[in-house]
Amino acid sequence: MAQSSSSFEALLTSLAPQGRTALLPALHAAQETFGYISDQVAAQIGKALGVPLAEVFGVVEFYTLFHRHPVGEVLLHVCNDPACALAGADTVYKQIVFQTAESAAGEGVSTKVRVEKSPCLGLCDHAPAVLVQSLPVKASPAQTWQELVAATATRPLTYVDGDVRLLTALCGRHTTVRLDEYRRHEGYRALEQALQSPPEAVIEEVKASGLVGRGGAAFPTGIKWQSAAQAPGSPKYVVCNADEAEPGAFKDRVLMEDNPHAILEGMLIAAYAIGAAKGYIYIRGEYMLPYRVMQRAVEEAQAAGLLGERILGSDFCFEIEIRRGAGAYICGEETALFESIEGKRGFPRLKPPFPTTHGLFGKPTVINNVETLANVPLILRLGAEEYRRLGTPQSPGPKLFCLSGDVKRPGLYEVPLGVPLRHLIEDLGQGMRNDAPFQAALIGGAAGAFATPEHLDTPLSFEGLRAAGIPLGAGVVTVFDSTRDLRDPLYRLARFFAEESCGKCYPCQIGTQRQLEIMERVLEGRPLPGDWERLQDVGWTMTDASICGLGQTAASAILSAMKHWPELFQPAAERR
Amino acid sequence: MTANLVQFTLDGTPAQAPAGTTILKAAQQLGIAIPTICYHDYCTANALCRICVVEVKGARVLVPACTATVQDGMEIHTQSERVQRARRVILEMLYSTVDLSEAPEIEAMAAAYDVDCQRFPQAEPRRPPLIDDNPMYVRDYAKCILCWRCVQVCAEDAQYTYAINFKGRGYETQISTFYEVPMPESTCVFCGQCIGVCPTGALKFKRQYLLEIGYAIEEILQMTRSERGGRRRRAERSA
Ligand SMILES: Cc1cc2nc3c(=O)[nH]c(=O)nc-3n(C[C@H](O)[C@H](O)[C@H](O)COP(=O)(O)O)c2cc1C
Ligand code: SF4
Ligand code: SF4
Ligand code: FES
Ligand code: FES
Repeated sequence: MAQSSSSFEALLTSLAPQGRTALLPALHAAQETFGYISDQVAAQIGKALGVPLAEVFGVVEFYTLFHRHPVGEVLLHVCNDPACALAGADTVYKQIVFQTAESAAGEGVSTKVRVEKSPCLGLCDHAPAVLVQSLPVKASPAQTWQELVAATATRPLTYVDGDVRLLTALCGRHTTVRLDEYRRHEGYRALEQALQSPPEAVIEEVKASGLVGRGGAAFPTGIKWQSAAQAPGSPKYVVCNADEAEPGAFKDRVLMEDNPHAILEGMLIAAYAIGAAKGYIYIRGEYMLPYRVMQRAVEEAQAAGLLGERILGSDFCFEIEIRRGAGAYICGEETALFESIEGKRGFPRLKPPFPTTHGLFGKPTVINNVETLANVPLILRLGAEEYRRLGTPQSPGPKLFCLSGDVKRPGLYEVPLGVPLRHLIEDLGQGMRNDAPFQAALIGGAAGAFATPEHLDTPLSFEGLRAAGIPLGAGVVTVFDSTRDLRDPLYRLARFFAEESCGKCYPCQIGTQRQLEIMERVLEGRPLPGDWERLQDVGWTMTDASICGLGQTAASAILSAMKHWPELFQPAAERR
Repeated sequence: MTANLVQFTLDGTPAQAPAGTTILKAAQQLGIAIPTICYHDYCTANALCRICVVEVKGARVLVPACTATVQDGMEIHTQSERVQRARRVILEMLYSTVDLSEAPEIEAMAAAYDVDCQRFPQAEPRRPPLIDDNPMYVRDYAKCILCWRCVQVCAEDAQYTYAINFKGRGYETQISTFYEVPMPESTCVFCGQCIGVCPTGALKFKRQYLLEIGYAIEEILQMTRSERGGRRRRAERSA
């Protein structure tokens, strides 16, 4: 593996002054160096960073990318979620396991290759998706694992299109936009502009644009910035949420891989507006490529004086540190993400207090999604008024939609908010992949709800979807044709939540497990009498009483399916 | 002082309390009982069991009475249908998960909320083997409801010893020492604080445990420290 144990020790010594916040970086380094984290190495890390040993253990145990026992030299992750299941992910998994077992028997290499099922890898447009040593490859059921391993060099290319190309103007060209090219396309002009006006004016402009967060919770960005700007306490932080792990979502990955500087520019403007001197980008652990791209972009920006002291000759100073997650969907929840940066298990905090007053390290913090931040330079360049010409009055601006599943052309589509769902599926996605007609689309990802043929003319705006009882979420649309048994994706979603619940609060800790058990019976067509009521009770209890958004939405898709297709939840014999 | 009073209604009754009072305390003062499980006066409140949830008009989800504070104009309902369903289902789910035979307070709640203890057939319970690895106490995590109290008193809430934390996550979570080493090899100083706060008998003094499994008091008193410190786990005992 990449590092030697002496370079690990050197790294640990260099991380030591940071203390506990360096825990995940240290564990990542240990995992990479040794292939696993032994008790001795864990103790060494705990001593170096001043973290009690039991708590180091608690952290190792929380994140699925950290292993207590040796794993193979070659680690494969096969996606296990709905879009990939439609494309034969189960067969790919079985094939690889079968082949590796076979070759192990022949060559005695059983410890060499390890295959793990993984939650959505953010490569849904390349279903069935596989990661080989953290790098993406597109699989096909006929491939051998040796072929898969050999194919790591090619990066799967996401198809990018849409009615407008503002956020994605420089995306989808199969290259990363480097700093000089970004600057040739007006890059960092918005930052220059911002630095010439008072921070309050920048906040006013963002408020006037009507931008609401693109991370799922749809909170008005300008108001968030204002309350962090006005909050007492320092230092303040800007955090970019790049933990994208919602099954079906890959928009933030494309933005990071293709146009990283737009995100940095958005962060810089946010930092200037609220008076922050330090920012973090938290990237999910499975996103190795985006991590490398963002890291290089940060270095480019530093070298060009766009990060660091006295940026562009002003008094404004700002630095950015990139952090990697380690396999925990819950760490996309903003307060769990803070805990993770602080070197803890990703347990969500109680709210209030909110991040704008008590965020990272207990300090006033603005946390925004990647796409939200990418909108910011655009708003300043166009001006709020011009920006608002796109979209609807309540949902202004462009939005990225991640289209996958049974459509001819899965990909990332940029549209003004408010276009009908039909337009996305039939015009942009070119309609259904096979001959079978549209049955349903899961909108908003695992935490989402189903659209049926009746919803095809529903406008894709926050208010339009809300009126139909569907959350827009982060802009995920997974399409199912009429041949699909929807109990399969429903079961997978139930399993996803059971695996990803942090376990802090009872409704979700136990509810996701009970929901999974009942859905297993439903999948097999043999629900017990009373299972309908159990699913409803568990679902509504999680929705009403859980601490965070994970538990509150863990039953969303299932409750929505119960409304549309109650017959799916009947015993096979009674269904007609 | 009066300047800091907030006005609200609790189950229809107008009331007032100093700003910053939790809904739980405000209700207690009015003689309205709200059930609690994870809450403990001397531990940091994490609001994780959610049995104390109440409905606040205008709030999207139910709020935990043990940590949420009363606000001006709040309309609080402690026994609405949504509240009752949440409490009943949380208890039913707990019964399907852990051994509550030594948790009388939870048993009383179950009676009050019309709980069906067998609500979830074919549910996989958490039944890890009993850990008997030191002379002072046994750990029977089949009874553990993950209230976090023991972890907290061992850490910042009292002892600053940090002997225990969590293994796994989600439904698979279990309280554990560093890499599951036996207690005597951990930083545990055998202060007994964790045993004092455990609400379900998951943590138990060795003497009480030995009495329960049939040893006579004289026999226990005659045991040496190492005899009491055996590493028998439940699985081995029954084998
Ligand atoms: C379980 C869960 C996972 C989440 N995952 C993400 C994520 O991956 N990316 C993201 O931007 N927001 C995610 N969020 C929403 C964040 O908590 C937060 O609202 C968001 O980062 C705010 O940014 P925005 O206002 O720009 O949307 C998640 C929320 C929950 C409850
Ligand atoms: S809702 Fe689920 S993920 Fe969120 S705090 Fe509760 S157990 Fe953890
Ligand atoms: S062992 Fe007892 S005190 Fe500790 S978490 Fe479990 S139930 Fe709570
Ligand atoms: S990568 Fe498989 S569903 Fe997203
Ligand atoms: S007593 Fe309030 S959440 Fe447990």
